[in-house]
Amino acid sequence: MDTKEAGIKVSDLNFYYDKFRALKNINLDIPGGGITALIGPSGCGKSTLIRLFNRMSDLVPKTRAEGKIILDGQNILEPSLDVVKLRRKVGMVFQKPNPFPKTIYQNIAYGLEIGGNKDKGFIRHKVEDSLKKAALWDDVKDRLHQSALGMSGGQQQRLCIARALAVDPKVILFDEPCASLDPISTARIEELMLGLKRNYTIIIVTHNMQQAARTSDYTAFMYLGELIEFGKTDRIFTVPREKKTEEYLSGRFG
Amino acid sequence: MKNKIIQNTAFTLIALTMLATLFFLASIIYFAAARGLPALSWEFITEVPRNGMTEGGVAPAIAGTFYLTMGAVLFAFPLGVACAVYLQEYSPKGYIVNIIRMGINNLAGVPSVVFGLFGLAVFVKFFGFGVSILSGSLTLGILILPGIISASQEALMAVPLSFREASLAMGATQWQTIRGITLPAALPGILTGLIISIGRAAGETAPILFTAATLYRKGYPTSIFSEVMALPYHIYALMSEGVNPQKQTAIAYGCALILIVLVGLMSSLAIIIRNKYRSVYGH
Amino acid sequence: MNSFKEKLIKRLFCITAYASLLFLAGIMFVLFKESLKALEEVSLPAFLLGREWYPTDTPPEFGALSLFAGSLSVSFIAVLVCVPLGLGSALYLHEIASERQRKILKPVVEILSGVPSIIFGFFGLVVFAPLLQEMFDLPVGQCLLTAAIILGVMTIPTITSLSEDALGFVPRSFKEASYALGADRWQTLRRVTIPAAASGIITSIIMGIGRLMGETMIVLMVAGGAAVIPDSLFSPVRPMTSTIAAEMGEAAQGTLHFSVLFEIGLLLFIITFILNVISELISRRYRLKLGQGR
Repeated sequence: MDTKEAGIKVSDLNFYYDKFRALKNINLDIPGGGITALIGPSGCGKSTLIRLFNRMSDLVPKTRAEGKIILDGQNILEPSLDVVKLRRKVGMVFQKPNPFPKTIYQNIAYGLEIGGNKDKGFIRHKVEDSLKKAALWDDVKDRLHQSALGMSGGQQQRLCIARALAVDPKVILFDEPCASLDPISTARIEELMLGLKRNYTIIIVTHNMQQAARTSDYTAFMYLGELIEFGKTDRIFTVPREKKTEEYLSGRFG
Repeated sequence: MKNKIIQNTAFTLIALTMLATLFFLASIIYFAAARGLPALSWEFITEVPRNGMTEGGVAPAIAGTFYLTMGAVLFAFPLGVACAVYLQEYSPKGYIVNIIRMGINNLAGVPSVVFGLFGLAVFVKFFGFGVSILSGSLTLGILILPGIISASQEALMAVPLSFREASLAMGATQWQTIRGITLPAALPGILTGLIISIGRAAGETAPILFTAATLYRKGYPTSIFSEVMALPYHIYALMSEGVNPQKQTAIAYGCALILIVLVGLMSSLAIIIRNKYRSVYGH
Repeated sequence: MNSFKEKLIKRLFCITAYASLLFLAGIMFVLFKESLKALEEVSLPAFLLGREWYPTDTPPEFGALSLFAGSLSVSFIAVLVCVPLGLGSALYLHEIASERQRKILKPVVEILSGVPSIIFGFFGLVVFAPLLQEMFDLPVGQCLLTAAIILGVMTIPTITSLSEDALGFVPRSFKEASYALGADRWQTLRRVTIPAAASGIITSIIMGIGRLMGETMIVLMVAGGAAVIPDSLFSPVRPMTSTIAAEMGEAAQGTLHFSVLFEIGLLLFIITFILNVISELISRRYRLKLGQGR
């Protein structure tokens, strides 16, 4: 599948936590390739939405989704869908770097091993390749077999990106990936995302509007569970069509 | 000023209770060591008792305690860890889980002699295992089960949720996540619980009174259906039976010292593992 | 196919989770079943309120009141030993001990809580009972007081560990708020920390009592073994646990005596069960109060 086809089409999506309706009638067409930012004040549903794209939402009990999310010609909300396969296609990087308490090498090999890959040579090649893509190879090539927990926060986050890349996903979800990082590490992660967007569809949730403006090609603004506006980032940030968007971008709430 | 005096008085009293506690407990260790050491020798821990248990060693009792403890662990450890995994990783929260949790807590509070009664009625009589290593091990196993479950559950609970999320987001199945990430991360905590349980099983007397222990047998047990001598029971037997109290008391001191050292080593090992694990993960 | 394997594994683990319930139910069932004969042949009032315990007489008498009184009196006095000392030690560890002292004392307490009861019983028999006998010029040293003190000392580390945990759960912010108002350490401890940890401490004491009531080897060795209602601290007593342990060896299966011993076990089980449920309920309320309910 080409990255152009790795778009995500959301139609008439509603999502409930027990009785609370967290997403309301979302219709959204995320193009394949490029970076799409989901922005909005806390509680607007952006994290809920991104966690539906790889069905991590399943981990929260008493939740329910209606509508469709089409990826690669398939509705990923289908209950019969194999979430394991979906998650191998849709990687995720979390808010807080969460490397496993294993060595750097094992962290990246993990995804390949659980996928049933036993070819040691291939795994070694993949580890190196992924670390290079995540701009981490030069930092860690001499200590691949040391614990990943000894790395700095920024390095850990890049390791988590490398770990996601190793299983060749089509889509990578970033859930506020820089929330716990310093400005220098943040800049490196952003640079990395810009480099990756040619080969992957990237969706990022962020609180930081500058970050959205700097990195994304498309922006979706959400408010109280509704999608207010979606379009090219340049356009949204310069001439928002909706009043709410303008108010949020100019810092009047949020 | 007045407050200062009150505080000093209160703190002095508190410190005195700590001292009293340490004094009581230290004196027990002191007596066991001071009077137990003279009894100890290579012969004492490698030979069988002779002359109506007034001479020779206590090797069969040491071996018996070893078999009983191992048997209990073989039975309770896999069961306990599996139960903890279910409760912590799989179980949907609900009233059934609450009932199971309450059951575990209550099982932990059942007096050890009641376990002995259960073992007597079920393993010795009903299943017909007789007074044997098997009956005693199973009884001790049930006794240590709640401890293993709680320790394993705590260890699993301490594994950050983010590890599991990361693994699931990579497309790992739940079992792959448990086997590859959660259990290895929880392993030190689980081992700590295991070691403490070993110490507990080795020192219990009441549960084996009617299910496994015998005062004296010639030589070592030959099968899991043999009765056994065991260190804690041997101490009791030496003090309550026999005709030569003086010599028997000396031997009992030796047994007590061995048992204290054994259990103390187990606890220390558990504490060392736990501290090391804390410093590695930093939480 | 893969998801079939996953479901199978989950089902397997689920079965093991019920093991504890099964054992608990099994214990209740067995105690009840084996007590049936006694329940039929000895009237409940005669068992619960009778003072005469002559199990091998003809006709035998099975009045368990003295045994119950023995358990109760030993446990009560042991509580007087272990609660002040255990709690005091916990307060010391929590509030006064320096970081270095804590580092040494906490493991020491923990190791001591693992010392088997047979060791305490043995110590009581060979060292403490003779000492007491000499001090008070008693005919024998094995009596209520000896058993209670040894039991109490054994339970100190348990109370200390659990209470110290309870004190540790009190949020820092409570203490800081108190200090900020100008309270000194003792005032803060007495008026803020201890009340906030109270239900945890009470739970630890109830669990300690459960342990005291159920402890067998110490009372078997040092309580003296006479089935009478104690009238002084130096009376020999025969608590329920030691009765079971001492007599089960002689009671043949199928006899009334055998069954009555199980009935005592049942009584013991019910008592500790109630104590457990109480401490469970208290600790649940406590968790909710501190906002850690789950």
